[in-house]
Amino acid sequence: MSKAILYDSTLCIGCKACEGACADRWGLPYDDKIAAEEKISAHKLTAIETHGDKFCRLLCMNCLQPACVSVCPVGALQKTALGPVTYDAEKCMGCRYCMQACPFQVPTYEWNARLPRMRKCNMCYERESQGKLTACSVACPTGATKNGDRDELIGEAQKRLADTPNHYYQKIYGLKEVGGTSVLFLSAVPFDQIGLRTGEPQEPLPETTWRVLELLPDVVSTGAVLLGGIWWITNRRDEVAKAEGQRK
Amino acid sequence: MTRKFPKVTVWRAIFAAILLSGLYATYLRVVYGLGGSTNLSDKFPWGLWIGFDVMCGVALAAGGFTLVAMVHIFNVKTYKPVLRPAILTAFLGYCLVVVGLLYDLGRPDRLWHPLVMWNPHSVMFEVAWCVTLYSTVLFLEFLPVVFEKFGLHKPLEWVHSISVPLMILGVLLSTLHQSSLGSLFLIVPEKEYPLWYSPLLPLLFFISSLAAGLAMTIFESWHSSRAFGRALELPLLASMGRVLAVVMSVYLWIRFLDLAHRGVFGLLLRNRIETWLFALEILLMIVPTILLYQPKVRMRPGALYACAVMAVFSLIANRLNVGTTGLEAGSGTHYVPRWSEVAVTLSIVGAGFAIFHAVARYFPIFEAHSEEQAPENVGETEADPVAMR
Repeated sequence: MSKAILYDSTLCIGCKACEGACADRWGLPYDDKIAAEEKISAHKLTAIETHGDKFCRLLCMNCLQPACVSVCPVGALQKTALGPVTYDAEKCMGCRYCMQACPFQVPTYEWNARLPRMRKCNMCYERESQGKLTACSVACPTGATKNGDRDELIGEAQKRLADTPNHYYQKIYGLKEVGGTSVLFLSAVPFDQIGLRTGEPQEPLPETTWRVLELLPDVVSTGAVLLGGIWWITNRRDEVAKAEGQRK
Repeated sequence: MTRKFPKVTVWRAIFAAILLSGLYATYLRVVYGLGGSTNLSDKFPWGLWIGFDVMCGVALAAGGFTLVAMVHIFNVKTYKPVLRPAILTAFLGYCLVVVGLLYDLGRPDRLWHPLVMWNPHSVMFEVAWCVTLYSTVLFLEFLPVVFEKFGLHKPLEWVHSISVPLMILGVLLSTLHQSSLGSLFLIVPEKEYPLWYSPLLPLLFFISSLAAGLAMTIFESWHSSRAFGRALELPLLASMGRVLAVVMSVYLWIRFLDLAHRGVFGLLLRNRIETWLFALEILLMIVPTILLYQPKVRMRPGALYACAVMAVFSLIANRLNVGTTGLEAGSGTHYVPRWSEVAVTLSIVGAGFAIFHAVARYFPIFEAHSEEQAPENVGETEADPVAMR
C-alpha cells in the first residue's frame, strides 16, 4: 500500500509544530525568524501559510506520477512504491528542470552554496520504510496532519466530508490533480482561498512529454531511410549524368 | 613600422569591456554560486543562461545541419560555398552552448552524468545525448578543413569515406534535439502563457530553427565579406533568402493555425506585456517574410542583410518568450536578469564572433573548393537551386 498524508486545514491551529519537527528531522536550523517565513525554501521544507483565519500547509505533494521524476535527466528523483518521491543528491547535476516542471513549485535550491543541492520534503522516506510515521504527523497536536495508507486516508476524508458537510468545502484536493498526489487536503473554503493552485490539469504531466518522446524510434528509423533514400537518388542521378557524358 | 599592440578601435574597446565584465561575473559565479551571480529564484529556476545561451545558441547553430542536408543530401550544390562557414558556426555554437551550460548548471562538474545515469523519459536526457553526439558529428564534419590546411591526405580520405552516414546522423540528431528544446516546455501547461504553450512546440521549434539557420548563414556571409574583403555571394544568398521566406511562411501558417485551433486569439486584446512581446516576435518574422518575397529586395545586400537580422531577432524573441517571459505570470514572479548574467551572455557571444573570425582567417573556410563548378558561372541573376541541377 502506498503511504500518504492527509492535511485537514479546518483542524490546523497554525502552531507550526510540523515545521519544527521537519527541521529537526533534516538537521536544519529552526528559530522564530525562520518560523515567520511563510514559504518553503532550501532551509525550510514545509511551511504553514496564514490566509486570514485559515491555515494551509506547504510541502512536497509526492505526486503519484511526478513531473519531477519524469524530467530528471539523470534519474536522481524516484517515485518509490511506498509513496515518497526520493532524491539522490549524488546524481543531481543541478539543471533545475524538476523545479521548472513541478506544478506546485515545490523543489527549492541551495542558491548560495558552492556545491548546491535541490531540497524538498520526501515524506520522511526512511521513517516510512521502517514503518514509522512522518515527523510532521507525529508532531501535530490536533491531528490536522495525518499519515497513513492513501486509500484509507481518502476513505477517512470522504467520511469527514459526509459527517459534517457544513464544515467542509465538498472536495478533496489531491485526488485528481495532476493524476493524483500523495498529499491530500481538506478545507472549509474553496482551495484557491487557502492558496492552493486550482488550475492544475487532471492529466498526469509526464504524459505531455512522453507523447512526443515515444515517437523517437519512429522519427529516427523513418528519417534515416528517407534521408538515405534521397541521398541515394540524387547521388545516382549525378553518376548517371557523368557516365552518359563520358559515353558521348 | 611594426605595432606591438593591436590598434584600439571602438569595437575592440567594447569587446574588451564585455570580456572584462564577463570575467568578473565568472568570478562571482564561481565564488558566490548561482545566488551571487543571477536573479534566479525557487519560483523562477531558469533565466537568461538557459533562455538565450542554450535555447538561442542551439537554434542559431542550425545552419550547420540545414545546409548539410541541402547540399549533400538534397544535392543543391549551389549552396556549397556557404556550407563550411555554416558548419563552423554550428560547431562553435555548440561549444558555446556547453560553456553556457557550465555557467548555468548547479554542478557543472557533473555535466557528464546524463551519459551514464539514464532516464529515457526525460526530454532533457534526450537533448543531452543528442547535443553530445551532434557536437561529435560537427567536429568530424569540420575536420576536413583542418586536414586540408595541413595537407593530411590519408585522414582526409578516411573522413570522406564516412561522410554520408555521418551527415545523415547529423541531420537526424539535429531534428531530434531542435524539436526537443520545444518539448522541454510541454510539461508546464499550467505555467506557460497560452500564446506560447502548444502541443506543437516541438514542430514549431524545429521549423523556426531551419529559418534561424538560413538567416544566420546570410548574416555571417555578409559580415565575413566585409571583414575579409570578399565579394558577397549575392545570387546564392538571394536564393537562400527566398527559401528563408518560404520556411518562415510555413512557420507562420502553422503558428496561426495553432493559435486559432486553441482559441487563444482573444488574449491578443489584453494589454499585457505578453501581448506586446508576442507582437514583437511575430512582426519580426512577418516583415522579412513579405520583403524577401520581392526579388528587388533580395538582390540588395543591405536589405537582404536587414531581413536576415530581423529573422534572427524574431527567433531570439521567440526562444526568450518560451523560456523566460512566457513563464513569469504562471510562476507568479518577475524576473529581470542580473548584470552578471547579461555580462556572461554577451561575453559568450563576443567570444563566438572572435573565434569565428580567427578560425576563418587561418583555415580554408571561404575558399571556393574547386572540385565542383565554380560559383562565378552563376552570374548576375539570382541562383536557382532547381535549375542549377
